[in-house]
Amino acid sequence: MTAKTGKSFAGRFGVHIAVLVFVAIWTVPTLGILVSSLRDKDQIIASGWWNSFASSSQTEAGRLPAAAAQTQKDGKYVIEGNIFGEGAKRDISAFGVKSAAPTQYPAGTAADLGEGVTLQLNADGGFVLSSPKAFEGERGQRVYYASSAPPKFTTDNYQTVLFSEGIGRSFMNSLTVTIPSTVIPILIAAFAAYALAWMRFPGRALLIAVIIGLLVVPLQMSLIPLLKLYNGVGSFFGVPSKTYLGIWLAHTGFGLPFAIYLLRSYIAGLPREIMESARIDGASDFEIFVKIVLPLSFPVLASFAIFQFLWVWNDLLVAMVFLGTEGDQIVLTAKLNALLGSRGGDWEILTTSAFVTIIVPLIVFFSLQRYFVRGLLAGSVKGG
Amino acid sequence: MAAQIFSAIFVIIVGVGGCVAYFWGANKLLDVIFPSRGVSGTAAVDNLRRQGLVRPWLFVGPAMIILTIYLIYPVVETLRLSFLDRGGVNFVGLANYEWAFGDREFRNSILNNIVWLAVVPAACTFLGLIIAVLTDKIWWGTIAKSLIFLPLAISFVGASVIWKFIYEYRGEGQTQIGLLNAIIQYFGGQPQVWISLPFWNNFFLMVILIWIQTGFAMVILSSALRGIPEETLEAAVIDGANPFQIFWKIMVPQIWGTIAVVWTTITILVLKVFDIVLTMTNGQWNSQVLANLMFDWMFRGGGDFGRGATIAIIIMIAVIPIMVWNIRQANKETGGH
Repeated sequence: MTAKTGKSFAGRFGVHIAVLVFVAIWTVPTLGILVSSLRDKDQIIASGWWNSFASSSQTEAGRLPAAAAQTQKDGKYVIEGNIFGEGAKRDISAFGVKSAAPTQYPAGTAADLGEGVTLQLNADGGFVLSSPKAFEGERGQRVYYASSAPPKFTTDNYQTVLFSEGIGRSFMNSLTVTIPSTVIPILIAAFAAYALAWMRFPGRALLIAVIIGLLVVPLQMSLIPLLKLYNGVGSFFGVPSKTYLGIWLAHTGFGLPFAIYLLRSYIAGLPREIMESARIDGASDFEIFVKIVLPLSFPVLASFAIFQFLWVWNDLLVAMVFLGTEGDQIVLTAKLNALLGSRGGDWEILTTSAFVTIIVPLIVFFSLQRYFVRGLLAGSVKGG
Repeated sequence: MAAQIFSAIFVIIVGVGGCVAYFWGANKLLDVIFPSRGVSGTAAVDNLRRQGLVRPWLFVGPAMIILTIYLIYPVVETLRLSFLDRGGVNFVGLANYEWAFGDREFRNSILNNIVWLAVVPAACTFLGLIIAVLTDKIWWGTIAKSLIFLPLAISFVGASVIWKFIYEYRGEGQTQIGLLNAIIQYFGGQPQVWISLPFWNNFFLMVILIWIQTGFAMVILSSALRGIPEETLEAAVIDGANPFQIFWKIMVPQIWGTIAVVWTTITILVLKVFDIVLTMTNGQWNSQVLANLMFDWMFRGGGDFGRGATIAIIIMIAVIPIMVWNIRQANKETGGH
C-alpha cells in the first residue's frame, strides 16, 4: 500500500507529521506520570514535569536570625550566616525585602535598606546584614529570594508508596487475584469449546447462541444477585463473604463466555482430517482433545490468557464489589482509587502509585503483543 | 505475605488439579459404566452410542454450571429484584421504574450516557481508521501503532490518574503543573477547572476512554484494510481517483462489516463505563452515568437493591439489540457448523 496516495514529497511529509502528532498525544500523558514519579516531591509542585530537566526556579521567603545573633565587626553590628542553614543548597538569582518586589536586587550585591543598613545575599545563600546601630527585636529581617534548584530525580517516591502507602501489599493482592482467575477458566473453557466445536449433541447450536448472547451481558446485571448470594452463603456457613475464592470464581464466570467463544472459533477451524484420522486410529474424544487439540491451540490459549490477565488486573468494579474498598485484601486498582480520594493533591504519591499499577500490564503487553492482537482480531465482540 | 503467596499457589494447584481430575475421572468413569471393549459386538455398539450421548455434557458441564450461576441466574434475578423494594422482599410493581424516570440524577445519567454513546464510539472508530490508514504508508508505522495501542493495556483507574494530572488546575498566577492548563496559559488563555465545568466535563472524561480505545479500533480496522483486494485500489488509481475518493468510496465501503463490529464493541463498553466516572468525579458536577449510578445505589444508605437492579435492567435493555445482532451474525457465519 506504500505510496498509493501522497505521492508528492509534501504529501508524504504530511503523513509523517500527522502520525507523529498522534503518537505524541497517545504517549505524552503516560510519559508525564512516569517522569513525575521519579521527580523530587517539592519539584513536582514547583514546575510542570515537562520542565523537569531544566532547573526549577521558585520564589521563596525566609527570615534572617534575630538580633541575638549579631556580632560587632569594624565598629558595625553584623549578622552573618546562610539562608539555607544546613538544608539543601540552591542557587539564588535575586533577592528583595518587600513582598511586592521579591527580586529587586541581583544576588551578590549589597542592598541599601535605609539608615545605613545593608544586606548582601550571595548566590550560595550566604548573607551579611550590617548596620551602624545595634539590631533590636525578637524577629529577624524578612527576606524574599528567587532560587533555582538543579533537576533532582529520585526513587524515594517508589519506596514511599511501596512500603508505607500499602501499594506493595496491594500489588501482592492483585497477583493473588489475577493468576488463579486467569488459569482456572482456561481448562474449563477449552473442554467446553472442544465439545461445542467437534462433538455432536442436541442443543449444541442453542448453547453456542446463548454463549454469544452472554458475551455482551453487562456485568452490572450480575452484581446484585451475586452479592446477595455471597452474603447468603457467607452467613450460612459462618465465613466472610468477601474472599479471594469468591472473586476467583466470579472472574472465572465473567471470563468464560469470551473464553469459550474465542477457543471454539479457533478449535472449530482446526483441520478435520487430523481429527478423523485420529478417530480411525481408535483415539477417544478425550485423547484427541488432550493429545491433538490442546497442543495445536496453544496460540489461542495464550491470547485468552493475556486478555484475561489484563482484564482481571485492570478491573475495579468486580474487585470493589467482591473484595471491598478497604482492608488487607484490597487490590491495586481499588487502592489507587482510594488514594485519589485520600491523597488527592499529592501527585508524587498518585503518579508513582499509578505507574506501579500499570507497569505489569505494560510488560505483559509489550512482550506478548502478537498474541494479544491475535486474540483481539479473533474475538472483537467482547465489550471488556 | 508468605501465607498469601502460598495460598494463591495452593489454589492454582487445587483449581487446575481439580479440573484435570474431573475431566479425566468423569471420562474414565463413563468408559467403566458403558464399556466398549471386552463386551459382545452389539453391546459395544450400544455402549458407544450411550457414551456419545453423555460425553459432550461431561465436557460442557462445568462451564454450563458456572455460566448459569454467574450470568444466567443473575439476569433473571436482577429482573425480579427490579420489581421489589430496597431490601428485595416486597413487591412494588413498577415503582422503581417510575422513580427512575422522575429522578433528576437518573435523567442526567441517561442524557450523559446518550452523549457518551454519540461521541466515543464515533471518535474511536474515526481516529482508529485515520491512524490505520496513515500508519500503513510509513516505514515506522508498526512502532507508531504499538505506541498508540499501548493505552489499551492501562486500567481505567490508571488512565484516570494520568489524565487527572493533565487536567490539574492551580490558581491563576501560579505555575500550572497540569499540561492542559499550562498550554492554555502559555497561549494567554484562562486556566480552568476542567472536570467541574458543567456539561463540558463529560467531554474531558470521554477523552480518556477515546484515548484508551482508539488503539483497539486501529488494530481491528488496520487488519481489515489489509484484506482489501489490491486490484480495487489499483483500478481506482488508474481511473484517476484522488486519495480522499479512494478512502471514502473504495476503502470504507469494503470494511463496513468491521467498522460495525468495532462500533458496537465500543458501544457496549461505553454503556458499562464506570471506573472513569467514579475516579474522576464520582458523578459530581452533572457527570453521572448509569453504570456509576447503579454502583452508587448498590451501597448508598445501606444499599437499595431494587433501584440498583432497575438501573442494571435499563443498561441491559440498551445492549439487547446488539446482542440479537451478534447472535444473528454468528449464526450466519457458522452456518450450523
